Amino acid sequence: MSKELEKMTPELRAFIEEWKAKPGNLIMVLHRVQQTYGYIPREIAIETSEILGVPLAKIYGVITFYNFFRLRKAGKYNIQVCLGTACYLRGGDDVLKEFEKQLGVGLNATTPDGMFSVEAVRCLGCCGLAPVAVVNGEVHGKLSTKDVENIIAKYCAEG
Amino acid sequence: MKLVFGEGSCGIAAGARKVRAAVEKLNADGAVGVGITGCIGMCYLEPIVDVYDGGTLVKRLVKVDEAAAPALYEAAKTGDLAPLAKYEISADDREFLEKQTRIALRHCGLIDPEDIAAYEAVDGYKAIRKVLAMTPEDVIAEIKVSGLAGRGGAGFPTWFKWNAARNAKGEQKYLICNADEGDPGAFMDRAVIESDPHSLIEGMLIAAYAIGATKAFVYVRAEYPLAIVRLEKALAAAKKAGLLGENILGSGFSCDIRIKAGAGAFVCGEETALIESLEGNRGMPRLKPPFPAEKGYTQAPSNINNVETFANVAWIILNGGAAFAAMGTETSKGTKVFALTGKIKRGGLVEIPMGLTLRDVIFGIGGGIRDGGTFKAVQMGGPSGGCIPEHLLDTKIDYKALGATGAIMGSGGMVVMDSHTCMVNMARFFLDFTAKESCGKCVHCRIGTKRMHEILTRITEGKGKEGDVELLQELCNGIKAGALCGLGQTAPNPVLTTIRYFRDEYDAHIREARCPAHECAALKKYEIDPAKCKGCTMCAKKCPVGAITGTVKQPHVIDQSKCIKCGQCAATCKFGAIVVG
Ligand SMILES: Cc1cc2nc3c(=O)[nH]c(=O)nc-3n(C[C@H](O)[C@H](O)[C@H](O)COP(=O)(O)O)c2cc1C
Ligand code: FES
Repeated sequence: MSKELEKMTPELRAFIEEWKAKPGNLIMVLHRVQQTYGYIPREIAIETSEILGVPLAKIYGVITFYNFFRLRKAGKYNIQVCLGTACYLRGGDDVLKEFEKQLGVGLNATTPDGMFSVEAVRCLGCCGLAPVAVVNGEVHGKLSTKDVENIIAKYCAEG
Repeated sequence: MKLVFGEGSCGIAAGARKVRAAVEKLNADGAVGVGITGCIGMCYLEPIVDVYDGGTLVKRLVKVDEAAAPALYEAAKTGDLAPLAKYEISADDREFLEKQTRIALRHCGLIDPEDIAAYEAVDGYKAIRKVLAMTPEDVIAEIKVSGLAGRGGAGFPTWFKWNAARNAKGEQKYLICNADEGDPGAFMDRAVIESDPHSLIEGMLIAAYAIGATKAFVYVRAEYPLAIVRLEKALAAAKKAGLLGENILGSGFSCDIRIKAGAGAFVCGEETALIESLEGNRGMPRLKPPFPAEKGYTQAPSNINNVETFANVAWIILNGGAAFAAMGTETSKGTKVFALTGKIKRGGLVEIPMGLTLRDVIFGIGGGIRDGGTFKAVQMGGPSGGCIPEHLLDTKIDYKALGATGAIMGSGGMVVMDSHTCMVNMARFFLDFTAKESCGKCVHCRIGTKRMHEILTRITEGKGKEGDVELLQELCNGIKAGALCGLGQTAPNPVLTTIRYFRDEYDAHIREARCPAHECAALKKYEIDPAKCKGCTMCAKKCPVGAITGTVKQPHVIDQSKCIKCGQCAATCKFGAIVVG
C-alpha cells in the first residue's frame, strides 16, 4: 500500500527552530508534531532529527516510551476508554469491549474507513463519573455498554 | 442575582457548559449575572450551579440539566428561587461538604479560576508579599513548624527538602511541581489546578524564594488539557500583575514558571524519571543518591513537590505553621485530600484533618456503599498501595498507621470495593498496570512484575497451582528488595495486602476453581433454575455455542462442557432463571 508522505508545515518548522536552542525540547516538539498530523509520521521524525541534530534512534526511543505518542494515524474520531481503577471497577473494560465489538476493530486499531480508532487510557481525572470515555476531547461519563451505540451514531451523524 | 456554573472537567463532562450556553442564550439582555467556578468536588452531583446574591451563596443546585435553563434564568432574574426547589442540594449531600476541613481545596468551586482578581479578593498573593519581607530561612522555619509533609506519596517533610535544596551548592537552582498525578483514581491535583491555579503559583513562588530558585516548571500530565489551559491563563495574568518574572513586586526576587506537558508514562511521576522527561529523554529513573536537591534538572540543585503540597503553603504562611500543626496526629499534621471513588455512594474530593478514621471518610462523609452493597475493602495509594479490609476501617488516617496495614497514604486515591469485587482480580489489574508501565531499566521490576502478572492471571482463570501464593510472596520480596525505583519497590503492595487479608479468595480460586465474588469470567458457572425456567427458548437461541438445549415450555439445561461463560443467556432471560455461581 503506498502512502502519501506528509510535508512539514512552515508553522511546525518555525516552532522547531524556535525550540531548537532550548534544552529538553524534544517532548515539546513531538507534542507539536502530533498536534499537527494526529500522529508522528516517519518522514517528519527524520526531518525533525535533522533540524534538532538529535539521532533518529533517540526520537524513536522517546516516541515509543510514552503512551501518548503514536506512530500511526488515529481515526477521525479517537475513542479513548478509561481503564483506570475507578472506571475498571465500574465496568470500563466492558465498555471498551463493546466499542471494539460494534466497530469491529481491536485495541489501538482504526476502522477501515478511517472514522474511528479505539484506545485504552489510564485515568482521565473524571473518576467521579466512572466509567468514562473521551472522544476527541469530549468526555462521556457514567457509561454503560448500552450507551456505546448512541455515541458511535452521534459521531457518524456528524460525519 | 448571579448564576455560577461549576466548570471543572467533571462538571463540563456532565454538561455544565451546555446548561450555561442555554442560559446565556436567554440572557441576551444581561439581566442575570453568569460566571464560572472550578470543581467543588461533589462529582456525583454534577452539574452544579450556585446562585449568588450580592456575593453571598444563597442556593446550591445540583444535577442541573439543559431543560432547567429557563427556570434558572427566570429565578435569577426575578429573585424568586422557589421554582428551583427540585434542584436544591439535599441536607444529606450538604453534609458531604460540611464535614470537611478545606485548606488545599479552600477556594475550589468557590472562585473563578480564570480571574486573578477573584483570587486576590480571598487574600490571594498576600502570602508572597509577606514572604518577600522575610528571610528564606524564616520561611523554611515556618514550614517546619507546620509539619507539612509531601502529599505526592512519600510523605517526606517539606521543610527538609527545601532546606537541602537551599543549602546545595549551585548557581542556578530549579523548582519543579509534580502534576503528573499518576495514581488512577486520584484527581485532587487536577482539581486544584483547574479550580485554583493561583494558589499553586503562589505556593511555588514561596518555595522558589525559600530555596533560591529562579526557574520553575510545572510538569502536567497530557491527559489534563483543561488544567494546562487554566494554568497558562493564570501564569499570564500573574506575570502581567508583576507577580512572576523579573524583580517580583520590586523585591529583587525573580522567578519564572513554565509548563511542560507529560506524555503518558506512570513512571514519570517518580521524581528522577520526571527530571529525565523534563530533559527530553525517556523517563527512566536515576539511581539515588545523588538526590535531586544536589543533582536534579540538568544536574543542578532542584526541589520537587506535589501540587497539593504547594496548595497548602500560602495558607500556612498567612495563618501560621502552628495553626496547621494543630490539626492531625503526632506524626501527620494538617489536612489531606482524598479522591473517593469506586462503589461509594457519594464520590468526590474529601479534605479532612489527619487522624480521622477510614470509616469516618467512607461511611461518615461518603455515605457508605452504593446500591445497597456491602463494603469489602478500600484501595489506597493506587498501584503502589494496598487494599485495607473491613476490620481495619477504624485505622486512623496517618502516614504511620496506614503504612502498618501494608497500604500507604499515597497521593490520596481511595477506591472503595464491595462484595462483587474479586481481590485476586484486583491484584491482577494492578500488576497488569505496573508491568506495562515498568520502564524496563531494572530486571527485578521488568521481569518480576511480568511473572507476577502471569501467575495472577492464571489464578483468575482457574489454572492456579498449589504453591502459587508462596511463589508470589517470594517474587514480591525479591522485587521489593531489588528494584531500582519506587515503582518496582512498591509494585508488590497490592499483591501482598490482598494475600494478607484475602488469602481465602486466592485459595478458593486455586483449590476449588471458584471466584467468591463471582467476578472472574472463566470461573463463573451458569445454570438454569428449573423452577423459574418457562422454556421460552430465548436463551437457547442466543447461546453462541449451542450449549443450551430443551423443549419448548420445558426447563432447559446448559451443557457445562460446551459453555464459554459469555453470559448472554443471563442477559437475555426475562425470568431470572439463569443462576450464576
Ligand atoms: C512510581 C512513582 C510514581 C509517582 N507518581 C507521582 C505523581 O504522580 N505525583 C506526585 O506528586 N508524586 C509522585 N510520586 C512521588 C514523587 O517521586 C515525589 O516523591 C514527590 O513528587 C515529591 O513531592 P512531595 O514531597 O511534595 O510529595 C511517584 C513516585 C513513584 C515511585
Ligand atoms: S479512573 Fe477513569 S477517570 Fe479516573
